[in-house]
Amino acid sequence: MRLAAENLGGERGGEPIFSGLSFTLARGQALMVTGPNGAGKSTLLRIIAGLLPPAAGSVDLRGADETWPDIGSAAHYLGHLNAMKTALSLEENLSFWRDFLGAPKLMPRKALDEVGLGEIGHLPFAYLSTGQRRRAAIARLLVSYRPIWLLDEPTAGLDRTAEQRFSRLMQEHLEEGGMIVAATHLPLGIKGAQELKMGEAAR
Amino acid sequence: MLALYAREVKLGIRAGSGALTGVLFFLAVVTVIPFGVGPDLNLLARIGPAVLWIGALLASLLALERLFQADREDGTLDLLLMSDHRHMVALTVLVKCLAHWTTGVLPLVAVTPFLGLFMNVPPLGLGAATLTLLVGTPAITFIGAVGAALTVALPRGGVLVSVLVLPLVVPVLIFGVAASRGAMADPDPFLPPFLILSALTLFFAVLGPAAAALALRHID
Repeated sequence: MRLAAENLGGERGGEPIFSGLSFTLARGQALMVTGPNGAGKSTLLRIIAGLLPPAAGSVDLRGADETWPDIGSAAHYLGHLNAMKTALSLEENLSFWRDFLGAPKLMPRKALDEVGLGEIGHLPFAYLSTGQRRRAAIARLLVSYRPIWLLDEPTAGLDRTAEQRFSRLMQEHLEEGGMIVAATHLPLGIKGAQELKMGEAAR
Repeated sequence: MLALYAREVKLGIRAGSGALTGVLFFLAVVTVIPFGVGPDLNLLARIGPAVLWIGALLASLLALERLFQADREDGTLDLLLMSDHRHMVALTVLVKCLAHWTTGVLPLVAVTPFLGLFMNVPPLGLGAATLTLLVGTPAITFIGAVGAALTVALPRGGVLVSVLVLPLVVPVLIFGVAASRGAMADPDPFLPPFLILSALTLFFAVLGPAAAALALRHID
């Protein structure tokens, strides 16, 4: 299975913000998308996820099979928003996503332990701090399996320890044959990741 | 899908206000009518079912705005759309509508017999109004889902939803009131309008979610 983008172009509000992007990603590889604010990192991730149509070119999953026929079904998308309901407890949120997304992996309790929130799984999501909310959203990546992780500023709001813990989780995901596309300003500490610089030409 | 239904119902109950606001609004509409129309018991009994229907219709339009907006604000909607291959978006919308109906509209149907007493509606009419509301209100939710999906990206979409949806729910209102009046006034038939009402609900159960799913997919 390979994730391949060819001559990809994206636009925001009708204005082209990037064009001619190409990359291929095989199993076990990671791609770091870097660039200044407004370079189109989030737009690129949303295009890959299939949430926005590409302005030009294409991105697809080569060698897709029955289980993962397209990128949308094969990918976890961790955007700026955490996709958690404030009225429900952490465990309720996670067990819903585990049931809904399918391909269950870790139990919610176990996933919360992995991100260091094991003690407070019973608390409503509304009571959590920004960093804890982000960690809960990261736990969502662990409750059901997806080969591709699309991460948009995944470490926003995380402290040093949580960042390191998250690098370890990403490393494990890659070792299991997963793929990661991450938009970030900060080095995420993944060894051997490709880098895609965006918005250089525009400046 | 069952998980989605259970979660939506849980959210509807726990986030509270929705059902209570609807019921209070319904109560307000029905209680002011006798003051406006005057204490003519026969007249009240005659317009009773229609008032109950209009009240329930307006009350169920109230909460529709939030159907997809909450999901969009916290990013859930992106994930629901991405799971298209596993759970068809139209089906997801249908389940969300059913859950919305259970928590937001079913309480309205449940209080209808009591509110009908304010309008001096005879027992048979109370039963008919409740039954027609039970069968007809899902159609309102399904049609409303299209409006809610179209306006999900607008910050104050609430009024727009009602304006978009109202013309489309008029047939539901007409047949609902016709059936409940048919049960009370002898020459008018009950069964034909009631069956058309059921047909409308079934028809919109298919068309509404499909159209809403299409709208949701083209938000950005």
